Amino acid sequence: MPTIVVEVMPKAELLDPAGKAVSGALARLGHTVFTSVRIGKRFELTVDGPVTEATLAEARMIAEEMLSNQVIEDVISVHEAPAVGVGA
Amino acid sequence: MSRHVADTVANAEATPEKEQPFAALGLKPDEYAKIREILGRRPTSGELAMYSVMWSEHCSYKSSKIYLRQFGQKVTPKMRERLMVGMGENAGVVDIGEGWAVTFKVESHNHPSYIEPFQGAATGVGGIVRDIISMGARPVAVMDQLRFGAIDNPDTARVVHGVVGGISFYGNCLGLPNIGGETYFDAVYQGNPLVNALAVGVLRHEDLHLANASGVGNKIVLFGARTGGDGIGGASILASDSFDSTGPTKRPAVQVGDPFAEKVLIECCLELYAGGLVEGIQDLGAAGISCATSELASNGDGGMFVELDNVLLRDPTLTAEEILMSESQERMMAVVTPEKLDAFMAVVAKWDVETSVLGEVTGTGRLVIHHGGEEIVNVDPRTVAIDGPVYERPVAYPTWIDALQADSASSLARATDGAALREQFLTLVASPNLADKSFITDQYDYYVMGNTALSFPDDAGMIRVDEESGLGFALATDANGRYCQLDPYEGARLALAEAFRNVSMSGAVPAAVTDCLNFGSPENPEVMWQFQRAVEGLGDACMQLEIPVTGGNVSFYNQTGDQPIHPTPVVGVLGIIDDVERRVPSAWQDEGNNIYLLGVTSTELDGSAWAGTIHGHLGGRPPQLNLETEKKLAHLVQSAALEGLLMSAHDLSDGGLAQALAESVARFGVGARVWLNDILERDGMDLTSALFSESTARAIVTVPREDDVKFVGLCEARGYPVLRMGVTDGHGPEATLTVQDVFTVPVAEILERSRATLPHYFD
Repeated sequence: MPTIVVEVMPKAELLDPAGKAVSGALARLGHTVFTSVRIGKRFELTVDGPVTEATLAEARMIAEEMLSNQVIEDVISVHEAPAVGVGA
Repeated sequence: MSRHVADTVANAEATPEKEQPFAALGLKPDEYAKIREILGRRPTSGELAMYSVMWSEHCSYKSSKIYLRQFGQKVTPKMRERLMVGMGENAGVVDIGEGWAVTFKVESHNHPSYIEPFQGAATGVGGIVRDIISMGARPVAVMDQLRFGAIDNPDTARVVHGVVGGISFYGNCLGLPNIGGETYFDAVYQGNPLVNALAVGVLRHEDLHLANASGVGNKIVLFGARTGGDGIGGASILASDSFDSTGPTKRPAVQVGDPFAEKVLIECCLELYAGGLVEGIQDLGAAGISCATSELASNGDGGMFVELDNVLLRDPTLTAEEILMSESQERMMAVVTPEKLDAFMAVVAKWDVETSVLGEVTGTGRLVIHHGGEEIVNVDPRTVAIDGPVYERPVAYPTWIDALQADSASSLARATDGAALREQFLTLVASPNLADKSFITDQYDYYVMGNTALSFPDDAGMIRVDEESGLGFALATDANGRYCQLDPYEGARLALAEAFRNVSMSGAVPAAVTDCLNFGSPENPEVMWQFQRAVEGLGDACMQLEIPVTGGNVSFYNQTGDQPIHPTPVVGVLGIIDDVERRVPSAWQDEGNNIYLLGVTSTELDGSAWAGTIHGHLGGRPPQLNLETEKKLAHLVQSAALEGLLMSAHDLSDGGLAQALAESVARFGVGARVWLNDILERDGMDLTSALFSESTARAIVTVPREDDVKFVGLCEARGYPVLRMGVTDGHGPEATLTVQDVFTVPVAEILERSRATLPHYFD
């Protein structure tokens, strides 16, 4: 089945406490090459039928209005996943 | 991309005619002119940023200042006895004896909580807790005073879920008990919920700290979270070249909090205080570094030099103006002597708190800030933080208020038969404002730290301070916006009286007041009149009860569209109890106790819950209040509690006697048999008034039978009206509340009705 992937990240300017905690933990564990971590969310929307411009537009709409909180988050990307991968 | 270059003082002097976006930053033309006059030149963009936030209504109290002065003037010597720190500091401090002090304050976070309810409410808790830390105290409890729109409006659920989730998230992660508060629903708060947060902390007298920067050469240290682009929507106007105030701002207007960082900050600060390592301290809240530097410098004896490049940034692209205005959470600013700086750094390093020395105290009397090697700010800090604009806004007697006051509830139909009264009783019990709030309060941790002696749904929250002696304090907050709409002077007095009564019922002795005055726009003369009257009422009542206002907050511009909210002056009263073992709970736990009604009931249904819920009516005059009678009641209950005569005490307020009975039986499932005929006869009234009137200075108490004579003797000796009106009777599934000759309701039915309301809308 075709899948649309929606990626949401906390707004770049705002504090990301979870990312900060992971970043601190990595440093403590000796992985000092990574200077910052930010944690977002990824949604996989499985579509019944082919992905059209209309389905993508609908996905963008729900990404903006329902899957993310526009006050503190940004929708980074809405795209169709490549047709490979696990499951079917 | 070219890096934004901050406007320097030299540049400001060289380009006096450069246009500046003062209006987009909320400054009026005459305020901008005043800044130019103070400086003798145009402000730099950094200075403009500082003045604009510090001269905002929120930070400068420019519309309220002339009225708030009365809190400092209407005082008696007795009111000063326990007051260690009064208004004007981060929070008031009260001596509670045995070398202990308590600091407490309530503040608003209304507007952020409407835009982003979860983070808005969470950072509201975080902000008020930092005020408490900055006084040198360990925070020990929080409370929240919430007003939401109509319960059945679809948007209300969004706000309720976010706000309650944010409060519980931040407070529970910090490990602070939430020991009470208020939740009301009314359509007037639809587009403007009120989210007030109160925090209270405990300190030894010698640990008291103040926000001032004194001693030339002492270091200015910023520690805690890094500075990022939180809450600086407005500042991006300064950063853009076009000053196009109509375009969307680049930076978000909200902040995101991190309670775990705040918890570390609490422990870090307490260790710094214990080691005597800070001379002065200030939390960073609204207006961030602008506020902290100008306030510390104003309260000190010299000036301050700050190197802005030393601020640790989360986002290296921030401009100087944005750094000055950022409201990033979990930051503190300390003044440290050079000799103690190493020891200071060792403590903050131990807690893994990031720190940087920004500058030092100077003897110049100026606040000077450098960025990129250039001077970008050079001001007299008092002109920023203290001598801001003061307005005597026009005041107008509301055109509608005479008609509102004339529209008394006396014309409303009153039920006389038992079946109708029973139904009204249950309707009120289930109404949103009187219904059980455990759906909300169960999301809060109220026993963490192990010192909670009383908590919701008791009349007051109570915390043990000294584990050896049992010394503690009680806290209650109240505000009835409906009463205040009818008469703001009386409404504010009634709010204080109710909080005073609630604290007294717990056995504690009221000692101090904090307030959060939530009103509409100060530019509306009718709102300004409401504010003026409410502050006068509160000031007069505090003087009569002899308890001082120690601090608080004013929140203006609370309105849905053009419609201002009901005036909502939230009043918090703090009381002292020598031993929390002697506390008195609000509800009945044992069968076979006599129930006494203290005080006299009159037909006072105007503005009542009965009028609002049964008839959808708001009009007339709020209940009569006699503060001397309130004092007598408080003394009576305190004496009876001290002698151990009381099993419970519950004040009568919203919903009157009926609601107090419902809450008393519902809490522990102990039923009761009560009779109203003695009340009807003595006070000369009908059943509706006896059940639902909201007359003041009343309480119901339960007394064990063996102490009856002693208790009644005590009341008679003090000349306080007392009537035996029932006995607690029955426990378990069969328990009922029987109002003789009127109605009988199973306790289980009261519980079911009361508990169903909030989950029905929000679960």
